[in-house]
Amino acid sequence: MYPADLKYSKDHEWIRVEGNRGRVGITHYAQETLGDVVYVDLPRAGDMVKAGESFGTVESVKSVSDLYAPVSGEVVEVNREVMDHPDLINKDPYGSGWLIIIEMSDPGELDNLMDALAYEEMVKEG
Amino acid sequence: MIKNPWNEKLIFELGAPGRQAFSLPASDVPEVDLDWPENMRREKAPGLPEVSEPELVRHFTALSRLNHGVDTDFYPLGSCTMKYNPKVDEALAALPGFAGIHPYLPEELVQGALQLIYEMEAYLAEISGMDRVTMQPAAGAHGELTGILLVRAYHRCRGENRTRILVPDSAHGTNPATAAMAGYQVVSVPSDQRGGVDVAALEKLLDERVAGLMLTNPNTLGLFDENIHIIADMVHKVGGLLYYDGANTNAIMGYTRPGNMGFDVVHFNLHKTFATPHGGGGPGAGPVGVKKDLVPFLPVPLVDFDGKRYYFNYDLPHSIGKVRSFYGNFGVVVKAYAYIRSLGAEGLKQVSRDAVLNANYLMAHLKKYFYLPYDRFCKHEFVISGKWQKERNGVKTLDMAKRLLDYGFHPPTIYFPLIVEEAMMIEPTETESKETLDRFIDAMIRIAREAEEEPEKIKGAPYTTYIGRLDEVAAARKPELRWRAGK
Amino acid sequence: MRYLPNTIDDRQKMMADIGISSVEELFADIPEQVRLKRELNLPEALAEPELVRHLEDLAGKNGDTSRYTCFLGGGYYDHYIPAVIPALLSRSEFYTAYTPYQAEISQGTLAAIYEFQTMICELTGMDVANASMYDGATALAEAAAVATGATRRQRVVVSRTVHPEYRQVLKTYLEPRGVELVELPFTNGVTTGDNLDRYINRQTAAVLVQQPNFFGCLEDVYSLQRAASGVGALFIVSADPISLGLLKPPGEYGASIVVGEGQSLGLPLNFGGPGFGYFAAREEFLRRIPGRVVGATSDTRGRRGYVLTLQAREQHIRREKATSNICSNQALCALAATIYLSAMGPAGLRRVAGLCAQKAAYAKKRLAAVKGITVAFNAPSFKEFVIKSEYPVTLVQGVLLRRGLVAGPDLGRFYPELSNHLLVAVTEKRTKEEIDRLAEALEEVAG
Repeated sequence: MYPADLKYSKDHEWIRVEGNRGRVGITHYAQETLGDVVYVDLPRAGDMVKAGESFGTVESVKSVSDLYAPVSGEVVEVNREVMDHPDLINKDPYGSGWLIIIEMSDPGELDNLMDALAYEEMVKEG
Repeated sequence: MIKNPWNEKLIFELGAPGRQAFSLPASDVPEVDLDWPENMRREKAPGLPEVSEPELVRHFTALSRLNHGVDTDFYPLGSCTMKYNPKVDEALAALPGFAGIHPYLPEELVQGALQLIYEMEAYLAEISGMDRVTMQPAAGAHGELTGILLVRAYHRCRGENRTRILVPDSAHGTNPATAAMAGYQVVSVPSDQRGGVDVAALEKLLDERVAGLMLTNPNTLGLFDENIHIIADMVHKVGGLLYYDGANTNAIMGYTRPGNMGFDVVHFNLHKTFATPHGGGGPGAGPVGVKKDLVPFLPVPLVDFDGKRYYFNYDLPHSIGKVRSFYGNFGVVVKAYAYIRSLGAEGLKQVSRDAVLNANYLMAHLKKYFYLPYDRFCKHEFVISGKWQKERNGVKTLDMAKRLLDYGFHPPTIYFPLIVEEAMMIEPTETESKETLDRFIDAMIRIAREAEEEPEKIKGAPYTTYIGRLDEVAAARKPELRWRAGK
Repeated sequence: MRYLPNTIDDRQKMMADIGISSVEELFADIPEQVRLKRELNLPEALAEPELVRHLEDLAGKNGDTSRYTCFLGGGYYDHYIPAVIPALLSRSEFYTAYTPYQAEISQGTLAAIYEFQTMICELTGMDVANASMYDGATALAEAAAVATGATRRQRVVVSRTVHPEYRQVLKTYLEPRGVELVELPFTNGVTTGDNLDRYINRQTAAVLVQQPNFFGCLEDVYSLQRAASGVGALFIVSADPISLGLLKPPGEYGASIVVGEGQSLGLPLNFGGPGFGYFAAREEFLRRIPGRVVGATSDTRGRRGYVLTLQAREQHIRREKATSNICSNQALCALAATIYLSAMGPAGLRRVAGLCAQKAAYAKKRLAAVKGITVAFNAPSFKEFVIKSEYPVTLVQGVLLRRGLVAGPDLGRFYPELSNHLLVAVTEKRTKEEIDRLAEALEEVAG
């Protein structure tokens, strides 16, 4: 449920490091807590995001949650597919349900994130 | 409810081209060519229904039969005060002398309407302990916005630019939304063990940045905050003001008043406390009362009396302006006025007594079967939780709410306030008989038993309604918000 | 008390179950220092016949439309209300229900709102509509707020020909959000078309106009729309829905959002309320629109049904980040409009609009011929127009009143430069004979 090759934030985002870039999505735990995702609001390519700050929102029928950037940098790609089919976030949170790709301005920020074990621990403790 | 009273057809799917339900006279003036530019003329007629009057009447009558109203059966929707709506009030508001008057009539032709507004203001001021009241806001949330703009104007007039509004974590969503609309930063105040404002936490949040605290008392848990006078002193001490959300006024009439509790601004929900119908979502009315320091900022116009005649007073140089066109939902004000005149002081106090007695009676019976997070006497409503059923049987509050439909009741407000998990907020009101309350208790006990014995049955409810559970996820993912031919 | 079922005996039994001996125990947690230590000072309760007599007395002091022939306009109009509307609105399953949160037992309200949304889209030529706003003024203010959010700009431009009370409400709503409000001047009753770029620029979130405008005149909406879209601003139109029976739907001339007051659609004058505001927008603004929206879906058995949808925009979920704080709206009034538009149909709405326009045109010509009266603006108009009198408006209104006629409002109230100017509204209800009487009364003023 929490792939070992990803880094995790306390706000329930994951990031997959791909060179100087990071692919970002929400975790299995986050999608399960939200329930059926009905809408996702994402930034545009070219927008700057800052670690720990909101870059968009994700909505279920009866709730809405902010999405927080795990690292700072420029948004270089946005998953158009997930905007049209938000159910991908529920079905495949670590695959086709990814949200954005960030060109990291400070890869050192990755050190502030958790590995899969630490994240799983955090989720268990609630 | 009779099964399937409706053929599922929308009005657009009825009738035939050329059918009509209107009747208009022929023109009695010489026909002229209108001097309108060609590009302002409509080419294609709007796609409106073409039906005869009998079809029209059958259609909307069928739709009405799919609804549950207060006149149908018990409607214990917490925080909404679904009390009986007196029929005479409807008839009175429809009198031509009220319904047929234009807002720009000269004052000498609306003396009766102005007198009614003037007297209503006095009644509401007396009930709330405020100095003046505006009738302009059209609903509770609109009253909140008006009230918070008054708070803002008050501070600015004193040269202060305060930036924060405090809101308890148990508050109605309209409170934080309102404060944000008025340009304020919203700061949440936690609740304490007894369900009231956490006074120690409040103390830490209070400073000269705080414009005011918005509070409902009794709060959304139906509990009276016993520290209200202490809270009021604390907020006033840092120069802040106290805003009273009047949603729960039905619990306290004649016992205490927002003014006595230390509040500076209040809004009323005439459609809750004063028995005007909710109309399937509106219209309501949200008059706002203030203490005298805030009077100069009230919206224009106020209605005044010079000893001989009633008149509109626009002479308020510090007014926040207008929050709505004209003078508010006057037709709703007429109904609430009639209600207050029907009950008088003792009647209103008895309303609160019976509303509180009914709520405590239900709570006393239900707390054996459902988790009660705050076990103390409530006021006009109380909050129980479906957490036992969820933990033991996997049955959620939503499921039990849907099952109540099969017993013929409107469910309570669910999943609110947010601080109680699996919340069910129950407000019986004073207009329900003991027999009705007993029927409801009975249904709730049966549902608690079903949760133990047949949880799957509850999860599939409702079974007896015209329509089953609807796919809200599909509705939100691919919004279909209007009818189209051929779909 | 006829609304309270509890008898003394009921109360005793209930108290016994609760374990108290007096109801006062339930109020014991109200601290002594905040208690009201006297009875409320309110008039004695009235029995129903006394109540009716008292309210009839008050109502009788007012000059309703059965006693004074109404040429008053300015946003509320004396249109004919077909009898089916009050008859169907009196179904208490409609009027005693709350907001349709429990869809299974609220399909009546929900289906009707869905029909309402469809009709508003059809009238305005827009993609989506909500379930109603408080009135035309707050609908306009909320539309401006949507524009500031969508464009991230803080300047709203509004024509002075927009209803003065709407502009007041706009100011009240926008000022606390730090939005600058700029007004466009008018010439000869319509928005001045020259130098629009002096007002409308790259900081502009929206341009707001009214069509027909407050003076009843038709605006050159095309050039205003171009000025708005040229700088990336939204074009917001406030429109009288009756006029849309004959006038081009704003969606066809590039409106981003269309709002208006719906009282004309089958609702009584009610001294200015309740009516309702309508709010329609292009699809791209769907997630920014305020208030309730109904959508179609299906139930577990595959049957078509309706629910409140896109609720994550709203205050009960998004709290301080909601698109608006609106909760209660004017649902029953929107139902009245749905019934009205169903009764009129495309042909009836066109007829009503045509009768208004024809009768207003006749009245305009007839009054222009009266000595001492001029028609103030020669722009094309719909059902209202402005006359200028050589005599003070109060004197004119006094003479009209004596003949059982009312017209207005007095425009000097709102526009200092328009003293001695009076708005005249002519709906399909007015007859040639009544219009002639108005002309004769004005002739009497000139003496």
